[in-house]
Amino acid sequence: MHIHEFNGKLLLKNGTILDPFNNQEYKSDILFEKGVIAEIGENLSEAGMDKVLDASKMYVSPGFVDIHVHFREPGNEIAETLESGAKAALAGGFTKVCTMPNTSPCVDNEAEVLAVYRKTAHLPTDVYPIAAITQGREGKVITEMAILKRAGAVGFSDDGTPLANGQILRNALEYSQITGNAIINHAEDPELRGNGIMNEGLASTQTGLPGNPSIAEETMINRDIEVARFTGGRLHVPHVSTAGSVDLIRRAKATGVHITAEVTPHHLSLTDEYMKTFDANGKVAPPLRTENDRKALIAGLKDGTIDAIATDHAPHVIDVKETTLDLASFGMIGLESAFGLIMTKLYHEEQMPLLDIIKKLTINPAKIMNLTLPEFKVGEKANVTVFSADEWWVFSRKNVESRSHNSPFFGTEMTGKAKLIVKDNFIVNC
Amino acid sequence: MNLSIKHLIGLEGVPREDLDIIFDTSFSFREVLERPVKKVPTLKGKTIVNLFFENSTRTKMSFDLAEKRLSADSISFAASSSSLSKGETFKDTIKNIHAMKIDAVVMRHPTPGSAKLLSQFVDAVIINAGDGTHEHPTQAILDMMSIKEKFGDFKGLKVSIIGDILHSRVALSNIYGLKTMGAELMVCGPPTFMPKGIEHLGVRVTHNIMEALEWSDVINVLRIQMERQGKSLIPSLKEYREVFGITREKLEKIHKNLTIMHPGPINRGVEIDSEIADSEHSIILHQVLNGVASRMAILYLLVGGLK
Repeated sequence: MHIHEFNGKLLLKNGTILDPFNNQEYKSDILFEKGVIAEIGENLSEAGMDKVLDASKMYVSPGFVDIHVHFREPGNEIAETLESGAKAALAGGFTKVCTMPNTSPCVDNEAEVLAVYRKTAHLPTDVYPIAAITQGREGKVITEMAILKRAGAVGFSDDGTPLANGQILRNALEYSQITGNAIINHAEDPELRGNGIMNEGLASTQTGLPGNPSIAEETMINRDIEVARFTGGRLHVPHVSTAGSVDLIRRAKATGVHITAEVTPHHLSLTDEYMKTFDANGKVAPPLRTENDRKALIAGLKDGTIDAIATDHAPHVIDVKETTLDLASFGMIGLESAFGLIMTKLYHEEQMPLLDIIKKLTINPAKIMNLTLPEFKVGEKANVTVFSADEWWVFSRKNVESRSHNSPFFGTEMTGKAKLIVKDNFIVNC
Repeated sequence: MNLSIKHLIGLEGVPREDLDIIFDTSFSFREVLERPVKKVPTLKGKTIVNLFFENSTRTKMSFDLAEKRLSADSISFAASSSSLSKGETFKDTIKNIHAMKIDAVVMRHPTPGSAKLLSQFVDAVIINAGDGTHEHPTQAILDMMSIKEKFGDFKGLKVSIIGDILHSRVALSNIYGLKTMGAELMVCGPPTFMPKGIEHLGVRVTHNIMEALEWSDVINVLRIQMERQGKSLIPSLKEYREVFGITREKLEKIHKNLTIMHPGPINRGVEIDSEIADSEHSIILHQVLNGVASRMAILYLLVGGLK
């Protein structure tokens, strides 16, 4: 991956624009000048250009948005920094990411929110902090949500730590209505999850690994939905993993609950069968589920029950993964492999329309976090990702800009790849 | 007579041909164990490490004895897993073993998959002596050898495994091995001890002990522990004995003689009463002797052929 600063005139020729704002797909050239769209139209003249890039056979989308990443700064910079994470995002075609607050110290105060912006201001990637729901992520007292929002927090989550106490969840869903931000609760009942390492089912019986049952997720999502219904608050469900959860969210939406949901590329690609390899890179929370669940997640994406795709990019150093499964950390990196997996699984295998896929990666997640995206209009800031829908490639360590390499996807064949980003006054070759 | 497997991690996927070779070799070593001098020079010059990250008396002694009787050089390492920072230790242990160039490792570890992990990083034969609640293949081999000794063949033989199937590595290895050999299987125990999807492994499932006893030719009774991973999945051992314990009263209701097995250690008066465990139909002590013979066979077949 290469990032260049570029302040001249850039002509992107012959691309097919995927415009999710107006639900349109059309061939057009785009002229960028000083980081802003200067002209859109067919057959724009190359005269006077500083750079001309041919995008024929390519698609041009708004830069991808990932609303669920873990960058490990502050506290665990050996696994990831804000900068390395931001670069991993660019390598995968993402121009905007939302970071979870479970750093050390955690993002539960104004200074930590401001620090995320300060440390990433020089990078092409826009990094938006999600702040904690409760102080110290201890599940006891809610954070200063209004102050955090003023500082730039785009959502609230104690991610990784479920809000076990229903009263605190109620409090958060009520109070957060003064900011308009979503409450994001990692839904897993801690007691039902127990010491579960993988999905409870035939595969856990065969591996002997402690099971984490689907009901751990579903009972908590069910509670969260009813509290959201009662309070009128905005609930966002991260990394939905079971067929039952998709049903619950579908019914909640149909009855007017303010609820949105996301799914990860790994839950769309792998099942609990993977754990028969005993590879600790497959140990994620919530766990990889069954093929039936995977199919239900895809159906939920297609019918709009699931709004967005988000990676849950969770870098870990090798020492906490190359160990026995009980001690291995939960999580896998995801930014660089996400788009390839999404295109392979959803576009090529499931024939999901490209515009629908792009919405799950751009305007839908942006809306959940109240982010405004530049549109395909003259005067808007440059924010596009150019991708090939048909390029075949094999995901490998050389594709990884993250400081960590905890991925089960090395060696996986993918079709579809982000190639180029034009973002403000930067050009990125992914 | 070469095995297709290079390590013994589990019995899942181990072909019948391999098991037949192991049984034949085990009975040959059983004859050796009946001789006045029980030592053979088969593994002279081979080095075997016994790594026990979890307490074991029977299995560890059995391997020790098997190695000594094959004239291997063996050392044992026992580590209380709870007292160590396990993660780094396990990785460092692996690296150390790799550096010391030994021929085989026999390992017991509390975590499923640890034996496989070891086999991926160490250039030695790995024999799994129990990896958490995953598999315990040598126990299943000695169990099957004991069944074969009594019945000659597995075809159509009805074997029930009774007790805590969820937390049992013995149950899973027995299921894989006995299915491969053509036996019919049933598992019996309270629903809280039944792992999800077990019926898809081709076993019958019942919570009715009398149904299991009436159906079976052989019962393999598992040790019951009250506390498992911080959860109390049964209300009391007293109630367990009353509902599932193998007692004279229950056996008298079925009008046939069952062969009784137990992998040990026995909780007398809980999962099985003393008079049953010590009865003429019990082959529990044959299992112990066959354990040494079959472990000699496994070591010989996997380590003996190495250059």
